[in-house]
Amino acid sequence: MANRRLAPASEQPESFAFSPENAAWAKTQIAKYPEGRQASAVISLLWKAQEQNGGWLPRAAIEAVAAELGMPNIRVLEVATFYTMFALEPVGRFWIQVCGTVPCDSCGARGLKEMLEARLGPPGHVSADGNFSWLEVECLGACCNAPMVQINQDYYEDLTPESLGTLMDDLAAGRPVKVGSQIGRQASEPQGGPDTLTDQTLFDGSRIGAWRKRFEDTAKPEEQAAKTGEAASSEQQAAVNPKPAKPDAGRPVERTVSDAPAQRAAEGETPVKPEDRADAAERGRSTAKHGAARPGDADVLDSPAKRIAEGEPAAGEQGNQETPQRDTVPQQPDASGASAGEVAAEAEEARVAGALAALPQDATPEQKANAVGTRPPGLDAARAGRPDDLTRIRGIDPDTSLRLNGLGIHHFDQIAAWARDEITWVGTYLAVPGRIDREDWVGQAKALSAPAQ
Amino acid sequence: MLSDQDRIFTNLYGLHSPGLEAAKQRGAWDGTKFLLEQGRDWIIEEMKASGLRGRGGAGFPTGLKWSFMPKKSDGRPHYLVVNADESEPGTCKDREIMRHDPHLLIEGCMLACFAMGAHACYIYIRGEYVAEKHALQKAVDEAYEARLVGQSNVHDFPFDIYVHHGAGAYICGEETALIESLEGKKGMPRLKPPFPANMGLYGCPTTVNNVESIAVAGTILRRGGAWFAGLGGKNNTGTKLFCVSGHVNRPCNVEAELGITFRELVDRHCGGMRGGWDNLLCSIPGGSSVPLVPADQIIDAKMDFDTLRGLGSGLGTAAVIVLDRSTDIVAAITRISYFYKHESCGQCTPCREGTGWMWRVMQRMTEGRAQKREIDMLFEVTKQIEGHTICALGSAAAWPIQGLIKHFRPEIEKRIDRYTANPHSDPIPMAAE
Repeated sequence: MANRRLAPASEQPESFAFSPENAAWAKTQIAKYPEGRQASAVISLLWKAQEQNGGWLPRAAIEAVAAELGMPNIRVLEVATFYTMFALEPVGRFWIQVCGTVPCDSCGARGLKEMLEARLGPPGHVSADGNFSWLEVECLGACCNAPMVQINQDYYEDLTPESLGTLMDDLAAGRPVKVGSQIGRQASEPQGGPDTLTDQTLFDGSRIGAWRKRFEDTAKPEEQAAKTGEAASSEQQAAVNPKPAKPDAGRPVERTVSDAPAQRAAEGETPVKPEDRADAAERGRSTAKHGAARPGDADVLDSPAKRIAEGEPAAGEQGNQETPQRDTVPQQPDASGASAGEVAAEAEEARVAGALAALPQDATPEQKANAVGTRPPGLDAARAGRPDDLTRIRGIDPDTSLRLNGLGIHHFDQIAAWARDEITWVGTYLAVPGRIDREDWVGQAKALSAPAQ
Repeated sequence: MLSDQDRIFTNLYGLHSPGLEAAKQRGAWDGTKFLLEQGRDWIIEEMKASGLRGRGGAGFPTGLKWSFMPKKSDGRPHYLVVNADESEPGTCKDREIMRHDPHLLIEGCMLACFAMGAHACYIYIRGEYVAEKHALQKAVDEAYEARLVGQSNVHDFPFDIYVHHGAGAYICGEETALIESLEGKKGMPRLKPPFPANMGLYGCPTTVNNVESIAVAGTILRRGGAWFAGLGGKNNTGTKLFCVSGHVNRPCNVEAELGITFRELVDRHCGGMRGGWDNLLCSIPGGSSVPLVPADQIIDAKMDFDTLRGLGSGLGTAAVIVLDRSTDIVAAITRISYFYKHESCGQCTPCREGTGWMWRVMQRMTEGRAQKREIDMLFEVTKQIEGHTICALGSAAAWPIQGLIKHFRPEIEKRIDRYTANPHSDPIPMAAE
């Protein structure tokens, strides 16, 4: 996180108001969003205010935007301090942002920074003539043209310290400069011109409509055998090798996909195996995020641990340094982000949402729940008149506990026995979709109902 | 090698006009109405058959994602949000689409919206891309002018498309943070569930897709899911824009088949490795958040989702950062750590505190001013951060360091040895800062 504060009071202007044309422009931005959602335009309006104020945002402008959008001042202040492109202090006439992230860094951005430091002093200060100020920023997204800088709104790419120096001289003197690559590249093609996309039929319009053949072919099935060219070959290939889309994430994981909850769900099994659930409950962690840390997974990859187990040197063929054996074997990253477990959860949620959408608006919780799951069996009263204290399960508050009692659920072992469709039923009935799984009520209940206390 | 006829982004390098007429010559907006007439289910089935996996980094199947949207509206409008907040270090592909082939994107938005019953689409473009915003806005205006989109258009499907400009926050590339930002708040990710397909923008069903995933839709539907599935390998189908940066002779963006080998990608398209193949140290094959892969493992690896995952890394956004032996690898990873420290939104404690902690320790390790047991401690801390945050940024910050320790531990130890071999007046500090 960056620590960002408003400029000191001495620098703040007394007041700020949008110029008439900017005020009219603001109206067009607000009109992009649905009625009552004008807050969405806050970033656009702050941009305009910054532009009108010479490249930085004073407090008065933030308040003017808040008034314009009917937002509390603090909400707009939050936005202005969160997004790093809003400069909160005065900047030079030319505001140079140097990309310093790895691709640029490895291609010479350090040289640019040294040059700027020597010429303009430390980052964040406006030069004496008021022309320049500079700052190192994070990836600007022009990595194939590294190193590069952004000056005000324009990108200047493929720089060297010398060409950046010339560029700054030209800007200061008001001479015209070339935006983009400084070594004659058009965009991000390889230097010297691309060797792809040279087929002129791509550009003369001769391919328009060629694809319709495929629809004419399928319309006349008896002619299918006569298919030629691309359509035929690709469809044949697809028939032998269908390559179905598999719902797993591209994030680095070391598990095989075949053991993913989504996979199990697709095969009609319980997405999360009972033993995994128990495992999760024991450790008090979520299986979705820690599945890969289990010992069995060491087999999946060629890891040092496995190599040691198989009597090979731990460092493998790489062996560029001797690596002594270690107690802790670095493990592969496991899934996160859109993990396979999330895929299953999202599919489930989509199913539930679909079923609910089919119901009338005024359906009772019970009707809604019946549409998506099965009601778990309940007891007429607690066994032996001694109900369990359900609020010991993290996520169940006294109110929820009472509603569960209303369903005839008084004991941990009842919750521990819930099946998938029963969880969905209860989740829908209580209007807490997904929470039962997220907080793992079933696992907690299992742990709590375990005998021998 | 992929033939030019099978490339989707034919104006990738901007050698031709991005305008509507030229785009139509290249095949955009060709028979869009015919495609819409095939129906929602046909579009989704065709996308599923293509095997297209999301191009934003996670590799989630796009057709499946579209099918999660409710079939029937419950009264709330549906939205498509296009994620053009391209800020993963190394990634610069969406920029080329938006400034050179914007009509493929706009047409894809229309097809995707139709398939999901949405009538409005927002394209969230990152703040730094000012020129790209203007280029895209110009293309949108052209499309409105030609009545290709809008409330009453030639396709008989009321559809509005808006360009929304961000203000420079990496985290807004996370789908729920992007939605928050679009609503006019700080870009802090939301807990899932509820997933956006159920409760997204303004509490309505929303799908968030990467620019590239949407922009390929038109061509896939025209030429058929089977055509796309015929390219690439099993479960890793189609073509992909690769952004090759770093120490290659001619860094560039290029569209290639998934499953092209690293060697072919660099030799054929990027003029070879700087200083020859023996000079390759390692590569970060999918944007800064995936672990690095050392030279001997990457050199003949197929560049696709599953192979790279098998190597303990990932394809991510296919932003291939190539590093040669002149690179100070510890310093490079430290720079990545700084990036995540800078971009953490500050919502979850493990990430807010952990990214800064990791960066400070990494800084000392760059100089060798550390103790060897801190390497294990650092590794343990990355494990504590990974997976313990609302979004994947915490994990993304942890992975590069894990990759470094896994493959370059001797290098870190060498520095520590070198530092301790010389007398220093300051005591060597320990990690608990």
